Amino acid sequence: MDFSLTAEEADLAELCRNFADREIAPRAPAAWERAECPTDLLREMGELGLLGMLVPEGWGGIGMSTIGFVAALEQIGRADQSVAAALQAHVTIGSMPLLLFGTDEQRERWLRPLAEGRVLGAFGLTEPGAGSDTRGIATRAERRDGGWVVNGTKAFISNAGTDMSFGVTVLARTGTGDRGPRFGSFVIEKDTPGFTMGPKVRGIGWKGLDTRELYFDDVWVPDDHLLGDPDLGLGQFLRTLEVGRISIAALSLSLTQAVLDLSLAYAAERRQFGRPISDFQAIQFKLADMATELEAARWLTYRAAWLRDTGQPFLKEAAMAKLKASRLAAAAASEAVQIHGGVGYMLDSPVARFYCDSKVLEIGEGTNEIQHVVIARALGC
Amino acid sequence: MNIVVCVKQIPDPADPGALDPESKTLKRDGKLILDESDSYGVEMALQLVGDSGEVTLVSMAPNGEVSGLRTALAMGAAKAVLVSDDALKGSDALTTAKVLAAAIGKAGEYDLVLAATESSDGYTGVVPEQIAAVLGLPSVTFAKAVSVDGGTVKVDRQTEAGYDEVTCPLPAVVSVTAGVVEPRYPSFKGIMAAKSKPVDQLALADLGIEAANAGWAGAGQEIVEVAAAAQREAGEIIEDDGEAHAKIVDFLSNLKVI
Ligand SMILES: Cc1cc2nc3c(=O)[nH]c(=O)nc-3n(C[C@H](O)[C@H](O)[C@H](O)COP(=O)(O)OP(=O)(O)OC[C@H]3O[C@@H](n4cnc5c(N)ncnc54)[C@H](O)[C@@H]3O)c2cc1C
Ligand SMILES: Cc1cc2nc3c(=O)[nH]c(=O)nc-3n(C[C@H](O)[C@H](O)[C@H](O)COP(=O)(O)OP(=O)(O)OC[C@H]3O[C@@H](n4cnc5c(N)ncnc54)[C@H](O)[C@@H]3O)c2cc1C
Repeated sequence: MDFSLTAEEADLAELCRNFADREIAPRAPAAWERAECPTDLLREMGELGLLGMLVPEGWGGIGMSTIGFVAALEQIGRADQSVAAALQAHVTIGSMPLLLFGTDEQRERWLRPLAEGRVLGAFGLTEPGAGSDTRGIATRAERRDGGWVVNGTKAFISNAGTDMSFGVTVLARTGTGDRGPRFGSFVIEKDTPGFTMGPKVRGIGWKGLDTRELYFDDVWVPDDHLLGDPDLGLGQFLRTLEVGRISIAALSLSLTQAVLDLSLAYAAERRQFGRPISDFQAIQFKLADMATELEAARWLTYRAAWLRDTGQPFLKEAAMAKLKASRLAAAAASEAVQIHGGVGYMLDSPVARFYCDSKVLEIGEGTNEIQHVVIARALGC
Repeated sequence: MNIVVCVKQIPDPADPGALDPESKTLKRDGKLILDESDSYGVEMALQLVGDSGEVTLVSMAPNGEVSGLRTALAMGAAKAVLVSDDALKGSDALTTAKVLAAAIGKAGEYDLVLAATESSDGYTGVVPEQIAAVLGLPSVTFAKAVSVDGGTVKVDRQTEAGYDEVTCPLPAVVSVTAGVVEPRYPSFKGIMAAKSKPVDQLALADLGIEAANAGWAGAGQEIVEVAAAAQREAGEIIEDDGEAHAKIVDFLSNLKVI
């Protein structure tokens, strides 16, 4: 068993650590305050190659392994969770459908600019009436005039509404076959007539992530905007997005590491009853627990990444990693605020920002209840 | 246009430095990194050559160190010449300049040599001018902007009062200040490409320099003693009794700061 990173993975992680420490972390408080997606940072990250992490070099990416992707997110997420969230959504759900189902022409047209980091990618699955129940989506696509007409509403869609966004890939019902509804996905560029958006929604955390409702009102796109087979099974399609679970697990690791580091420093510095609070066993045990759980969650995540890199099934392991790591992040952030006392409760403290950012990790990319369902099913239940 | 950039590789300023009690110089046995001062020269050179030329790095460093050179190659430089030789231990600034001048002679055709005004660790601030003298080239210092027009380099030369506009025929040696341009971060592809870019490793003999004229033997300076810097004294605290501003103004004007 070898737990070390390859030279390339280590180089990428170091690049991300430098950029995160020197460029992202200093600008994180302002981005949070403005509650705007910092596309200036994302553009710079694009120039470094970070927006094409999982895309092969032939399509403008850097062809990184999943392990390297996790290592990179661990570094970026320590500096700012919103930036890391936007990055991971772009790299996974924003780019993977085009890579896996696009024709060469479609990849040249849409994937290359995404991988080279010139535009930001988005994927629209969730709807007001369908979140966990993905088969319940109501957005429809009907054949018309050598193309398709899309009608429906998507909810909580990330990265579609920034000044760097090119549009969105949406999943829609294309009809009903013998075995129930059929689904297809369509690339819809911004400024397509009939495609509009609501305002950026306000979350408890991830304030720098641009998330909105998208409206499709008789939006016509030509046939070449359809990705892959219109009858492709939904399950098969969604399986390509399973890497998203690994990336939420990686964000969770980065958050836990960040709050652990902040707590260690604060506990050593803050004095009560004539000594540093880190002298109190109650504080020490919290820190020891956090560090131990982090180690456990980290290796679950890297193992899931390794399974993906080696072409093995990783559905169950990715669900386990996402479940364990996101729960830990939420719990650790809460303990970290506790260790900081009143200072940690104040919104302009970094630990409070991480606390706010932690909850969504248990919801996005499949809620933790859904991860339980996936794991139980894999166990044969 | 081709440009040679002098890049010094120095101990990481983030790690606490240590002096070797024997030689009374900085220990340089760990990994050395690109001096941040030189990242400005590298970026300036890359911007000046654009797509129509090459940037070549020259460096003198112990133990065949290339880490800092790889960083500059990852930014976009095409190749590097490294001089590393045990006989260089203890070299002073003039010897360093002679070695770098000889190395520049091995770097191929060039139009311009860039260096930083001073390094972050040694900061004697003399090597670029000495290189110019050894090569018999004009030298322009403290550049805060550099442009090339045909066979002429134009430099905005920082002064205490503002800046002078200087023009100078090429080839020339120009030392740049921090802030002349914003250095880029090496991209991932740049880092990968840098691994296979050529680094020509030379010893003193390759440059035709006698060991007797280099290192401790050739140094025109001697480090007699090293002493710890005086501890910074506690500052004076002025309580505000309504007159604090006047006391602070007096204090600052005594220092001739205002
Ligand atoms: C900040 C943010 C960004 C997002 N970005 C995107 C995006 O870019 N693209 C996109 O398509 N979506 C996006 N989403 C949507 C996200 O994927 C969904 O919120 C998530 O899948 C849950 O769906 P829901 O909110 O409709 O919750 P629901 O599915 O309504 O769930 C409500 C509760 O019921 C539970 N529940 C549901 N079904 C079961 C069951 N079978 N067994 C047990 N419990 C169950 C859930 O776990 C949850 O606790 C984003 C969400 C957020 C918050
Ligand atoms: C006592 C003593 C012992 C030394 N021992 C060694 C040794 O063991 N091994 C060794 O390699 N050097 C050694 N040196 C050389 C030293 O590291 C410097 O390179 C040299 O003295 C220049 O000093 P500086 O950094 O103050 O130059 P400055 O004049 O402040 O430098 C200005 C600019 O010149 C260029 N430059 C300067 N030095 C170099 C360089 N080495 N390579 C490329 N560009 C450069 C850079 O662009 C730099 O920013 C020693 C120097 C002294 C005084």
